[in-house]
Amino acid sequence: MKTDTRFTSRLRHDPLVRGLGWTSALLGVPQVVAPADFARALGVDDTPRNRLATTAVGVRELAAAAGLLGRPHPAWLWGRVSGDLIDLASLTRALKNHDGRGLGRTVAATAAVSAITATDVYAAVTRTRGSAPMQLTATTTVTEPPDEVYGLWSDLERLPSFMAHLDEVRVTGPRTSRWRASAPFGKTVEWDAETTQQIPGRLIAWRSVDGADIDNSGEVRLEPAPGDRGTEIRVTLRYDLPGGALGKAAARYFGEEPHQQLDDDLRRFKQIAETGEVVRSEGAPGGKRARGEFPQHPARPLTEDELKEAAA
Amino acid sequence: MKASCWTGRNSVKVRDVPEPSILNSRDAIVKITSTAICGSDLHLLDGYVPTMQKGDIMGHEFMGEVVEVGPGIRNGKLRVGDRVVVPFPIACGACASCRAELYSCCENSNPNSGISEKLFGHPTAGIYGYSHLTGGFAGGQAEYARVVFADVNAFKIESDLSDEQVLFLSDILPTGYMGAELCDIQEGDVVAVWGAGPVGQFAMDSARVLGAEKVIAIDKETYRLDMAAAQGYATVDFEEVDVRSALLELTGGRGPDKCIDAVGMEATHGASHLDLYDRAKQAVRSETDRPHALRQAILSCRSGGVVSVIGVYGGLIDKFPAGAWMNRSLTLRTGQCHVQKYMKPLLGLIEQGSIDPTRVITHRLPLTEAATGYDMFKNKKDHCEKVVLKP
Repeated sequence: MKTDTRFTSRLRHDPLVRGLGWTSALLGVPQVVAPADFARALGVDDTPRNRLATTAVGVRELAAAAGLLGRPHPAWLWGRVSGDLIDLASLTRALKNHDGRGLGRTVAATAAVSAITATDVYAAVTRTRGSAPMQLTATTTVTEPPDEVYGLWSDLERLPSFMAHLDEVRVTGPRTSRWRASAPFGKTVEWDAETTQQIPGRLIAWRSVDGADIDNSGEVRLEPAPGDRGTEIRVTLRYDLPGGALGKAAARYFGEEPHQQLDDDLRRFKQIAETGEVVRSEGAPGGKRARGEFPQHPARPLTEDELKEAAA
Repeated sequence: MKASCWTGRNSVKVRDVPEPSILNSRDAIVKITSTAICGSDLHLLDGYVPTMQKGDIMGHEFMGEVVEVGPGIRNGKLRVGDRVVVPFPIACGACASCRAELYSCCENSNPNSGISEKLFGHPTAGIYGYSHLTGGFAGGQAEYARVVFADVNAFKIESDLSDEQVLFLSDILPTGYMGAELCDIQEGDVVAVWGAGPVGQFAMDSARVLGAEKVIAIDKETYRLDMAAAQGYATVDFEEVDVRSALLELTGGRGPDKCIDAVGMEATHGASHLDLYDRAKQAVRSETDRPHALRQAILSCRSGGVVSVIGVYGGLIDKFPAGAWMNRSLTLRTGQCHVQKYMKPLLGLIEQGSIDPTRVITHRLPLTEAATGYDMFKNKKDHCEKVVLKP
């Protein structure tokens, strides 16, 4: 099974993000190559301490440049913001202890760093805020023929039995349904969905209708596996995650890694299709309610209370 | 009930735990009559296999009497009162791997397959009492155990053979047999087996049953080599002699036709500097396994021969002799044993008297003394070869 997201590619072509990346590179190189000259240009003393600090800042700039130009992620932008704050603090201290020589240059440098800081804050906030469209894909093969698999999947009310996040799906019309799912931080989201395409034995596609908490769409494609091996299943989910990248990072921290979730969901679907039920072990007794695979219960039989909880 | 629980690195304690219950419809509950400590339990004991949790019940070699069956077991495939041996890998019987008789690669039986997928590339089957990487299933060193997909995973014994004659059908006998079978043994073959523990002994017996003319045991424990010599096998003590030279000497310079690594990740080596190198890498986690036996087997095997690996490896190894493997046309075959595939034919061999599984048992202890059993087996005290526990 393989999953993929197209998240980083969007930032890779963002002119502001690239501009900041190149700025970092242009500042970083002289700081690392000629720290003494750079310190003098700022109007501060050419002391070993200042040279060392300049080199360190240069290394930081080069790391940010590599990150923003190589694998752009909002975390690098926030990293720049925190670096800016350190720079401003150092410059403020330099201004306070200044002996007057080259004061103008130090003031100009402080002004420039302030402007850069403002740009970085703007970039970090705008590139983090809002929604981040995300696409997840996962695939598996089950031994059942496509018609059987289609039958299982098109029974929408059955989806919550293997999809960890879904609490309930209620069919409300021939092509419409109401979905309720749990979201990170104990929140619940609901939306109405409509089936957009349905080809028996081949394809089911759906999307949320206007006004959903999270705009989302998805499709399941079925194909006979070569060599009479059953059915290849390809699932694609697209959704706009609230809180954007920051929300995604926070969600991952709380164990809601979306790729893994979809993989696990599909594995449970395979278990149901091939064996009739979701497999439980003493260490993972919750079946589909297992959010991620750790933390686990020790692998010993459950007490009566734990059994009740697992069966709930 | 009483059960032998992992309570931390190198610590096993018998504790009171709840009795198992049916969690899936094709489960059965078995009252255990005999269970054993396996060499691979030692990799769990000392923490080399990751994802153990304090309180996990150990044990994947067990047998007993069915006391409860789930509602999903149909057509009377299993009934209360049946006497059964339970294979260690849990197979669903329905996925592509099970249909191809690759039971230890079952695609459905491991609820934690995300973890094993990350480590191994593809998930592997659930195994009883064998870490959370293999599913977090409670083990069988207990008074009762839950058997999953019991219609596929409980092998009925209908003859009056004793527990000790059939218990090892759960793991070590089929594992040893598969090691020999993977070698595609031809009449007249010379087969060398690294490790004269219980699995190694059964690999030797199986090699002979499958037609090997000469079998060579490699180990450093005299009592284990004596056990092999008593069966008529040649022996090599790797602490006394250089293994490759000894094997060349025994095979007229050709090298063994087939080599079986029945040692795995915690091998020790006669030359201490090499051992130190791997132990150091293992300690800093840049290598998870110490593949001394595997390296030796590949370097010693005759050109065009087969190296079969049934010793347990867990992660990544270093200094793999790829040059020898490629340039000398060696075949490398391996796998956790697909036990279900071998139980019936091996029961036949036991009934005929071609293989006597009881010959490796050196210690019989009550379950309550499991900790003593682990200590004796791990530290090779009192010439311990195989411990059977009685609940």
